[in-house]
Amino acid sequence: MTPRRRRMVLVLGIVAGVSLAGALALNAFRSNVTFFFDPTQVANGEVRGGQPFRLGGMVKQGSFTRAPGSLESHFIVTDFNREVTVSYNQVLPDLFREGAGVVAHGRLRADGTFVADEVLAKHDEKYMPPEVVRSLKRRHGESRALAVPAAPPAPVAGAAPSAGS
Amino acid sequence: MLPELGHFALILALLLAGLQAFFGIAGAALGRERWMAAVIPAVAGQAVMVATAVACLIAAFVGDDFSVSYVAENSNTALPLFYRVTALWGAHEGSLLLWILLLALWTLAVAVGSGRLPPHFAARVLGVLGVVSFGFLLFTLATSNPFVRLDPPAPDGGDLNPILQDPGLAVHPPVLYTGYVGFAVAFAFACAAMLEGRLDQQWARWTRPWTAVAWAFLTCGIAMGSFWAYYELGWGGFWFWDPVENASFMPWLVGTALLHSLAVTDKRGLFKSWTLLLAILAFSLSMLGTFLVRSGVLVSVHSFAADPMRGVFILVFLVIMIGGALALYAWRAPLLKSTAGFELGARESFLLFNNVLLVIAAATVFAGTLAPLISDALGLGTVSVGPPYFNPTFMMSTLPLLALLAVGIHASWKRGRLKDSARALLVTCLVAAVLGCGLVFGLFERGGLLASVGATLGLWIALSSLLDPIDRWRRGLSLPRAVLGMTVAHLGVALFVVALTTVQSFTVERDVALAAGASARVGDYEFRFDGVQPLDGPNYSALAATVVVTRHGSRVAVLRPQKRQYWVQRQLTSETAITMNRGNNLLLALGDNLGAGRWSLRVQIRPLVSLVWLAAFIMALGGALAASDRRYRAAQATQRALAGVAGEPAR
Repeated sequence: MTPRRRRMVLVLGIVAGVSLAGALALNAFRSNVTFFFDPTQVANGEVRGGQPFRLGGMVKQGSFTRAPGSLESHFIVTDFNREVTVSYNQVLPDLFREGAGVVAHGRLRADGTFVADEVLAKHDEKYMPPEVVRSLKRRHGESRALAVPAAPPAPVAGAAPSAGS
Repeated sequence: MLPELGHFALILALLLAGLQAFFGIAGAALGRERWMAAVIPAVAGQAVMVATAVACLIAAFVGDDFSVSYVAENSNTALPLFYRVTALWGAHEGSLLLWILLLALWTLAVAVGSGRLPPHFAARVLGVLGVVSFGFLLFTLATSNPFVRLDPPAPDGGDLNPILQDPGLAVHPPVLYTGYVGFAVAFAFACAAMLEGRLDQQWARWTRPWTAVAWAFLTCGIAMGSFWAYYELGWGGFWFWDPVENASFMPWLVGTALLHSLAVTDKRGLFKSWTLLLAILAFSLSMLGTFLVRSGVLVSVHSFAADPMRGVFILVFLVIMIGGALALYAWRAPLLKSTAGFELGARESFLLFNNVLLVIAAATVFAGTLAPLISDALGLGTVSVGPPYFNPTFMMSTLPLLALLAVGIHASWKRGRLKDSARALLVTCLVAAVLGCGLVFGLFERGGLLASVGATLGLWIALSSLLDPIDRWRRGLSLPRAVLGMTVAHLGVALFVVALTTVQSFTVERDVALAAGASARVGDYEFRFDGVQPLDGPNYSALAATVVVTRHGSRVAVLRPQKRQYWVQRQLTSETAITMNRGNNLLLALGDNLGAGRWSLRVQIRPLVSLVWLAAFIMALGGALAASDRRYRAAQATQRALAGVAGEPAR
């Protein structure tokens, strides 16, 4: 092989490799991207059956329940329009509380309950997941979305050590 | 008074950065010696001014000056002194100031070392650094001034985010930023070479040590961040493919490619324009990282509150910097032709594949990081991209990269004669395969294909990279620092791969609900929960659980994970408890009171995870060793002697 020919082989090899990588990445995208839905979209049936997705909204005040001594907990995620009941059987993140924004990853069960395998935590309690802010804006306009994070912190029963103890 | 002094110092620094940029670039272009002579005083003055500003802000923190808005938001009288100092980079404005300080220090280091460079080239390098510094100072003063006063002053501060009150945060951001900012030096060298229209092997010899040091810092910074996330956030895991992690990882990947491409430019005078492009890309990605974190456009655990003005400013600045550099590249790169050739199978070809694969890896991470933004902008729905995408696509480019590494270190320059070392490679590959499968199936008694492949690759790289140093040692030859550094870094890669494979394949995690006195078995370990006691810290109250860990009846450790509530922000945080046993890293986090006397606990057992971080530090050590090679200093001395004899080379 002449050096010129060899270089052509090298270049062709690289081009083939890059295209293969691109094709595989595109495929990985198609099958591994997770969509975000709010309760209204879930109620409208926009979720394909059995597909895992991220559900976001506010944890409804007074909706948190747990059978005493059990890991499994239930709460309602709302966008103040529709509601979805969520069930989760792992340790909840520190910043989880009623009246605050939440994003959960999981699947919809046949009875309409969202079974979460992950509830996302954030660094900052003043921080609202942008998807939730946008969803609330879409449903209720600017004022409601901005008013919500200011809700007084109401720790989940039993989760918080009281400051005096 | 001090905050105003700091503000004033920042304005002076901005002016000096402008002078530095103008005198450096224009002075070299017009050949005005006196203009170029003004550059170094401007650099020194700017460093002094920025240091003054930082000192003023630290004084405001230490002195509890809550009339300064940034201090009032991020400090508190109850905050321990140590965290009052580190609170400087606890939020947006201060971390930007830290960025600027580090850039000023890097620039100062370049200026000190610039006596070895031709004066007009040094002036251009410092001029380009001046442009970068000017942009960031302008950004700080225009949109994120840390010295803004509150009227009336706050009675007490809002406190530092509890999750940042940790020794890990004291070191992680400065080290990471030192790496980020360090790529500005490689960027400036690249721009200066393009402005000169000349790039030779000598240029690569100047640029290599700077790039290696920046890369070593970045490696350490990423590893520290990962370690901090592991023990402080307590979600389990040390890498989440979070946008902010990706933002630091992309410059690392491209920076690694740049290091290897520079080696070819240095040794063989090849890959010139490619090296320039990588230098531009590495720093562009560093700045893009700043943009992604600061603008709040991406959903991330690290996101600070969003401010659209800042996003727009950084975007415009990015377009000017990157667009300008790329335009310069389009104009000047065709001048920089490489003449030599090489055969397939020569070391150059392996380094070419290394570069291509690393850039593909960076591109897949980039695509995954920005996909949610693009999908949102195009109205395709709100999506998120997580490990199911990143893990396979990343492995797709890194697995071949690792195999090529094991072979490539035995290839010689220019000629593709791999036959000479084929036997040694085959033997090491077989030994690695036996050892690797033995590790996976023998030690852990279970395992999959991926685990065996990973362990084999890691061990192969280790054995293969040891062959040459052992050979040199047996023949009584010396081992130059550059070769030693390369070997150490590659051994770090090997250790990293083995450790990562083990962690990914054999991690056990479980959330359990336990009443006092009850115990749960996870993996080989028994965890007995002995109840929860209250506990008081300097600025928080906490509940601490006592958990006795035993393995086959013998006691391993007593762990005390806590749930803290900080008094000022009333935010709950989990303090994990960690212990090491037989290479396993046991992590416990205390969950909630479930009622009926039971508490939830998160238990995670990760084998060899500590070695993942250790491996990253070994890689960084390799980079630092390589940068300290005498060859670079000797080369600089020769150049200085030449420049002294021949006078200033023609431009």
